[in-house]
Amino acid sequence: MSCADDVLVRVENLVKHFPVYGSGLIRRSVASVQAVDGVSLTVRRGRTLGLVGETGCGKSTLARCIAGLIPVSSGKVYFEGKDITNLPRRAMRPFRREIQMIFQDPYGSLNPRRRVGAIIGDPFAVHRTASGQQRKRAVQELMERVGLNPEHYNRFPAEFSGGQRQRIGVARALALRPKLIICDEPVSALDVSIQAQVLNLLADLQADFGLSYLFIAHDLEVVRHVSDAVTVMYLGRVAESGPGDSVYDHSRHPYSAALLSAAPAADPDAAAQRQRIILAGDVPSPINPPSGCRFHPRCPKAQDICRTAEPVLETKLGDPSTHLTACHFPVEAGEVLARAGRKERR
Amino acid sequence: MSLLEVTDLQVSFPTADGVVQAVRGVSFSVERGRTLGIVGESGSGKTVLTQSLLGLTPGGQISGTAMFDGVNLVGLDQKSLRRIRGKGISVIFQDPLTSLHPLYKVGWQICEMIRAHDTSISKGQATERAVDLLGRVGIPNPRERVNDYPHQFSGGMRQRVMIAMAISLSPKLIIADEPTTALDATVQAQILDLLLRLQQESDTALLMITHDLGVVADIADNVMVMYAGRAAEKATKRDTFYQPHHPYTKGLLESIPRSSAATDRLKPVTGQPPSLIRLPPGCAFHPRCAYVMDRCLSAEPELHPVGDAGEHRSACWLPAAAIGLGDAAEDLRRQAVEQGRSGKAAKVAEAIAAAPESEGSVIA
Repeated sequence: MSCADDVLVRVENLVKHFPVYGSGLIRRSVASVQAVDGVSLTVRRGRTLGLVGETGCGKSTLARCIAGLIPVSSGKVYFEGKDITNLPRRAMRPFRREIQMIFQDPYGSLNPRRRVGAIIGDPFAVHRTASGQQRKRAVQELMERVGLNPEHYNRFPAEFSGGQRQRIGVARALALRPKLIICDEPVSALDVSIQAQVLNLLADLQADFGLSYLFIAHDLEVVRHVSDAVTVMYLGRVAESGPGDSVYDHSRHPYSAALLSAAPAADPDAAAQRQRIILAGDVPSPINPPSGCRFHPRCPKAQDICRTAEPVLETKLGDPSTHLTACHFPVEAGEVLARAGRKERR
Repeated sequence: MSLLEVTDLQVSFPTADGVVQAVRGVSFSVERGRTLGIVGESGSGKTVLTQSLLGLTPGGQISGTAMFDGVNLVGLDQKSLRRIRGKGISVIFQDPLTSLHPLYKVGWQICEMIRAHDTSISKGQATERAVDLLGRVGIPNPRERVNDYPHQFSGGMRQRVMIAMAISLSPKLIIADEPTTALDATVQAQILDLLLRLQQESDTALLMITHDLGVVADIADNVMVMYAGRAAEKATKRDTFYQPHHPYTKGLLESIPRSSAATDRLKPVTGQPPSLIRLPPGCAFHPRCAYVMDRCLSAEPELHPVGDAGEHRSACWLPAAAIGLGDAAEDLRRQAVEQGRSGKAAKVAEAIAAAPESEGSVIA
């Protein structure tokens, strides 16, 4: 790789299958949920990689594999060039300091019976980096940093609103000065007016500490706003990845095009003009994914080859070299995939 | 005459901690074949507002009037309400999994609804209707699927079943309470498309409750923005998005990331929504408002006409001409604020500007 120093995390061909057990006396594995099936990506230093996809496409599973929370079935995860795939607990420990997570649910991810100071101080205790007064001071500095009142050190999570709780989660993730923070739907549970507060905070922290983010969200506008590069996943595989603007403005994979056209934009004129691509049906089951291209049963451009041959993730003609698409028949510029846009009534 | 005309509706819930004033004097109307979008954040009273119309808020004290097709829904006895539910007004709830009974087949659940309102229909006829309805909402193989249980359907398909139930008695008004919030983007597009199509086929009025401005931009004709149990602004869809008057509407629009706005920084609304038990005096939005003036602290503004079109109404003390997101409107607002702000309001404004939420991390 030409700029290896620039790469913080490299994931190669990562596979995670969950076994499905039969109901008999001897619990045999009868099938497997192919949650992540051969995904490669890179997160660059100080940058944000946005991960987009619908429920069940494997984005959270992928995040948990990278964080080392669950073992991977096959493939490799490199952190700063070192292989951290399925490391034993003790060997993984120094890397856990470098990779932290922020979770979606600010209610479920904080222990309601512990005080905020103790929650944010946990990482110091676990890694024995600070104790006593020193820990308290560090926690209060963190609270200030994320926009919480340090005097609220002794309060319980229930005394905070949703947005403030998410700040607590951010402070906890920040405690050990990690290099990578995996944000799994960090603003999905928040109201619109609060969401922007947390997004701004994340942007500030990135600028100040040179953090890298792996940012998972289903809100496409949010992902576009925060991300430098975007990866679109469908049913455990990468459909398309590349620089944010390139993927958003010139989507080559029919799935990304449909996903982007389906996202409601808060702009009536744009909504009326947009050529909306309405996909038929639902996402198929990852237990028994479709053959060939996994998107073919819902794809408006599908042909015979899509049912048999799996497309390779590669740069298509006319795209920048960092823009990769896994499709036999990529969308051409100006091509109308949609049925005609809905006409404005009256 | 409007299909539904709600005037000065108030709903409050007495609790041990005090009275929760969920809805505080809201008026609106819905016309046949049109869609009214009600937008607001959690706790703004939008769901209570619509549920109180159908008597679904036990323990709530309701006042005001809600004329639906010549009948006042407020204070109506259960028996008469029952005749209106489903047939006159039906509801699509947010979470299709908890709204369907897990132990009954979906066909049975649709038939139950049909037969509860029309006892002359035989079981066989009702089943035929259910099959037909499932087909209309786009469920493949409806004849087989009527015998499936809710868990055998995906989220989007369950929401289609809910819609089939909602249209089963050809209601005049459908209340859709966050119908797509639990769904993915591509499925959300399918459901919104379906709702619009059904509405056009049967001239049904739609009351769309959502927190998602994108959904409103897509589907509504008129919009009511709610804050702390009151209507902050009422306007046509275009006016709401392009000529907002109320600072809360403006704040909402500016706080969502949009690809069209080429700024790196979002402009969030500072602070948190107020408690509905202890509302701030004056305008409920003043502790978060960048344009807070003296009168905002003591007097709550009523909805009044703003802009040049008569339909556009806003509950804010800023000059009526200060509409839109442009510089001219901003100048008008600044002027008004300069004249109308002294002592106490200036302190509130300082506190808002200094709040950590406004920048996320300004504390040095």
